[in-house]
Amino acid sequence: MASLHELSAAQTAEAIRTGEASATEVARVHLDRIGQIDGELKAFLHVDTDGALAAAAAVDARRSAGEELGPLAGVPLAMKDVVVTEGLPTTSGSKILQGWIPPYDATITRRVKQAGIVMLGKTNMDEFAMGSSTENSAYQVTRNPWDLSRVPGGSSGGSSAAVAGYEAPLSIGTDTGGSIRQPAAVTGIVGHKPTYGAVSRYGLIAFSSSLDQAGPFGRTVLDTALLHQVLAGHDPADSTSIPESGPDVVAATVEGARGDLSGLKVAIVTELTGASGGYQEGVLARFRDAVAVLQKLGAEIVEVSCPHFDYALAAYYLIAPSECSSNLARFDAVRYGLRVGDDGRRSLEEVMSLTREQGFGPEVKRRIMIGTYALSSGYYDAYYGQAQKVRTLIADDFRKAFGQADVLISPTSPFVAFEIGERTADPMAMYVNDLCTLPASLAGTPAISVPCGLSDEAGPPLPVGLQVMAPAMADDRCYRVAAAFEAAYQAANGPILQHLPSLGASR
Amino acid sequence: MSEDAPTVTREEVAHLARLARLAVTDSDLDLFAGQLDVILRSIARISEVAAGDIEPTSHAVPLQNVLRPDQVAPCLPREAVLAGAPAVEDDRFRVPQILGEEE
Repeated sequence: MASLHELSAAQTAEAIRTGEASATEVARVHLDRIGQIDGELKAFLHVDTDGALAAAAAVDARRSAGEELGPLAGVPLAMKDVVVTEGLPTTSGSKILQGWIPPYDATITRRVKQAGIVMLGKTNMDEFAMGSSTENSAYQVTRNPWDLSRVPGGSSGGSSAAVAGYEAPLSIGTDTGGSIRQPAAVTGIVGHKPTYGAVSRYGLIAFSSSLDQAGPFGRTVLDTALLHQVLAGHDPADSTSIPESGPDVVAATVEGARGDLSGLKVAIVTELTGASGGYQEGVLARFRDAVAVLQKLGAEIVEVSCPHFDYALAAYYLIAPSECSSNLARFDAVRYGLRVGDDGRRSLEEVMSLTREQGFGPEVKRRIMIGTYALSSGYYDAYYGQAQKVRTLIADDFRKAFGQADVLISPTSPFVAFEIGERTADPMAMYVNDLCTLPASLAGTPAISVPCGLSDEAGPPLPVGLQVMAPAMADDRCYRVAAAFEAAYQAANGPILQHLPSLGASR
Repeated sequence: MSEDAPTVTREEVAHLARLARLAVTDSDLDLFAGQLDVILRSIARISEVAAGDIEPTSHAVPLQNVLRPDQVAPCLPREAVLAGAPAVEDDRFRVPQILGEEE
């Protein structure tokens, strides 16, 4: 048997159910692995050794008491630090929340705990989830396990690195403009952004409320689907939560893994094929290979044009900063977090301004100011109002495209993982990472990223992701196609992570 | 909309920072003025889209008037909430002076 940290989440749960391994052993193996390699990888901001061992012991006790265990009971998970966890430090990657211990659990934290999943700790991220490389964290730079000089994507880069680096079989991220899909793509794992409203946002520290959506990461499509099933469902505490229950994505994955996509119409989105440049040739080559694989599986390949996708970047970088400038107003130096300059003479307003100056990093300040500008009278109609109209046009493009095809596909990101520091000087050079992921964010539709090969164009062999987009509440289609693709890819090439260089003492 | 690309001045950045309650340093003003200008020029192309009579979308899920049952439920314990506050006095959040009055 492979070492316990190399098992998939499904295999780990099975080993615990059959008594082949205890949840405590599994937790210890992962905590040891984190101890060995996280000094290099820097995926975690906080490791909860005691909490993880206690949660694992509870699963073991339930098993010995003869209780039936859920499909992921005892499986370790890494939680993005934007999700509040009672009693565990939660910073959202920002200095302004350094040392804050939330007094409650997010709904998804509660769901994870109820499923018997063992939370190992909190993962690093771009401050308030603003970024595509995790370099905007106020605390540390997370490394990509494929090449330690490169970024793990972002903003959920700690969560992607932890799973790709075998520190945890599962993790949770949040995706506002691509922050699950792009990190999954550049670390060679699977990541899914659910339909907006399918997973509760209660207890997520808000960045852009109309776009933020939490979702699962795994090394396999099945593991990702199993975690999705735990997270999804209506939550009365979130007024944007969809009341209807979503599709069975585990069943869709099992169905897809049989490898038959006949009758399925798959559309390539013309605007996301890099016709006007800006995409790496290695990424486009792997995308073309993926199209050929889907065709071999029986899918009919068509091409659709979504002309307004060309404006998704502009619309997103108006809407997200506008909402963030409003959401981040809650950091007022009164109720939680940092307070600077309170000398008994300064006014609240002065203390607030000094606190926010010291507590927020440069990208957060930039976005707050862009949002403040876009929402100010005189510019509102031309910027924010116009962006909201373009959002309607993008959703219309999706509707038309889904009239012609069951799913849409594209590369997940125009680039493979880039070097640390390569794109930090120019904000726009960072923003274009999200080119392919933004349309589904703006439309609120689900999309998955599944590994589709390696490109060595930028140096060492680095993973490329295939994005599969589906209509709202049809997340099952993403999983079905991703599972079929994964099965075919692995039958031909083996799992992509077998090429991961070894980290620390062992892989 | 005019075709003029936005030009962000230092004064404008200072104004935005004041509105957003951000105490920006002098050297930051120059840095941000340049960067905000680049970002705003890039996103100004949003105005190319003819969207005159298009309905704006504020939200992907068209849910309205979402209410929960009117049931009494406990709120968070006071100590747990105040434990995270930067300053506390008499079981309340202590706030710096608001009205500019003497102590």
